[in-house]
Amino acid sequence: MGIEEENKEIISSIRENAKKLLNENQVDVIIGYSEGTVPLSSTPIIVRKEEDVDKLTWNNLCYMNLARYLAPLMPQLCDSEGNSLRIGIVAKGCVGRAINLLAVEKQLDLDNIKMIGFNCNGIVNRSKINMEIGEKEILDVIFSGDDIIVKGKDWEKKFPYDQYINELCKVCQVKSPSTTDAHCIGECQELESIHDEFSDIDDFEAKSVQEKWDYIKDILQVCTLCYSCRQACPACYCNLCFVDQNKPIWFGKTTEYRDIFTFHLIRATHLAGRCVACGACSSVCPVGIDLNFITRKLEKIVKKRFDYTSGLNAEILPPMMDFDMKDTQEFMLEED
Amino acid sequence: MTQTVLEEKKVDEKWEPKIIAFLCNWCSYAGADLAGVSRIQYPPNIRIVRVPCSGRVNPYFIIKSLLDGWDGVVVSGCHPGDCHYISGNLVARRRFAILKELLEFFGIEPGRVNFMWASAAEGERFAVLIRKATKIVKELGPNTKFQKKWC
Repeated sequence: MGIEEENKEIISSIRENAKKLLNENQVDVIIGYSEGTVPLSSTPIIVRKEEDVDKLTWNNLCYMNLARYLAPLMPQLCDSEGNSLRIGIVAKGCVGRAINLLAVEKQLDLDNIKMIGFNCNGIVNRSKINMEIGEKEILDVIFSGDDIIVKGKDWEKKFPYDQYINELCKVCQVKSPSTTDAHCIGECQELESIHDEFSDIDDFEAKSVQEKWDYIKDILQVCTLCYSCRQACPACYCNLCFVDQNKPIWFGKTTEYRDIFTFHLIRATHLAGRCVACGACSSVCPVGIDLNFITRKLEKIVKKRFDYTSGLNAEILPPMMDFDMKDTQEFMLEED
Repeated sequence: MTQTVLEEKKVDEKWEPKIIAFLCNWCSYAGADLAGVSRIQYPPNIRIVRVPCSGRVNPYFIIKSLLDGWDGVVVSGCHPGDCHYISGNLVARRRFAILKELLEFFGIEPGRVNFMWASAAEGERFAVLIRKATKIVKELGPNTKFQKKWC
């Protein structure tokens, strides 16, 4: 089945479930994706009335993680007294994971949330396509068969879908939300754990310290510290982020590579055991840095050390919120 | 061998690392104290910062120390189970584990950042471990990669 038909099926199931939720008065609002205002993008939308349900859509450019709007709760999702409305949310696998994460961290009440689950069929790697097209202006993007067709003024380019999908989506094992029927309408599954070898970063880890430094410096050097990755991340909900603190200032706001390293190192430590592997940070990066490279490593550390995968259920505490006497400590300095 | 090369080598031999040590108030700081009053020699390369608990040590502190040009960082706390605040060092241990692996992933020599446990009664152990940490950092050489030039 081509990617086009798959998307059509997903769209009809989303709209059907959304209508059902609004009809039966199970939710007050529905957050979902709508067609983007510019090509190669999508726009989040809040649906309140049944007649607007047809604006909801799904294509492989819906890279945003909608759980971003739940913590801190957007004013549009509150009633006049500031309490949360009952929210329906179009949830691909990683949105479901983010909701579970926020529920474990007590940032939201799962009883207010109703997920509209479906089997996600992957997200297109925008930066890869943008990079290949270069400076030409994109006017339209069409999914047909197994290809992504990007059109511009008197030019057209075909990209095979399975090659231009996000690296994260290639290894993704949580296609639909990992939750129970009580919180989900449509497709969902109950996952205990996932099996992942993390073979994609093995080659890099085998390199010497200097080679690693040079490689990371090479990919991070273009970062402009715009903090788009932070804004898009569903796990970054601090009231005052460390980059905004000015007493003390933790690192310089220059594009000197040591400042950039500091930002990405500290961001990584904050996301350890919390990253839900949605790839939103990479997708929104204006200079196309592959941040998934770092978050994959984080996932690997947490999986190997604490045997934990974030966002699979709303009960087990993430490792960094917990402690255990029996943790391994082979990295500690010991007497000979 | 020309004169300049000889001079450079001299500088290299004279070079001593500067290491910042975050010691927990209840065990390691007292351990350092004990090493002092027992007249156990340990390298003078460390500059001590007293913190209430090893759990107080934020990964920021460690990265910021490297950014500010310290050649090495040592964090020391009570042995697991002995924490004055019950579980502070256990929480810290998880953080350190992740930070240590991340630093290595980013291509910063993992030997620059060392974690250890030393209780208030272990003056000797404290001195031995500080000697070891100083040796590791000395072999790595000055922290030029990550130090930020402020001017």
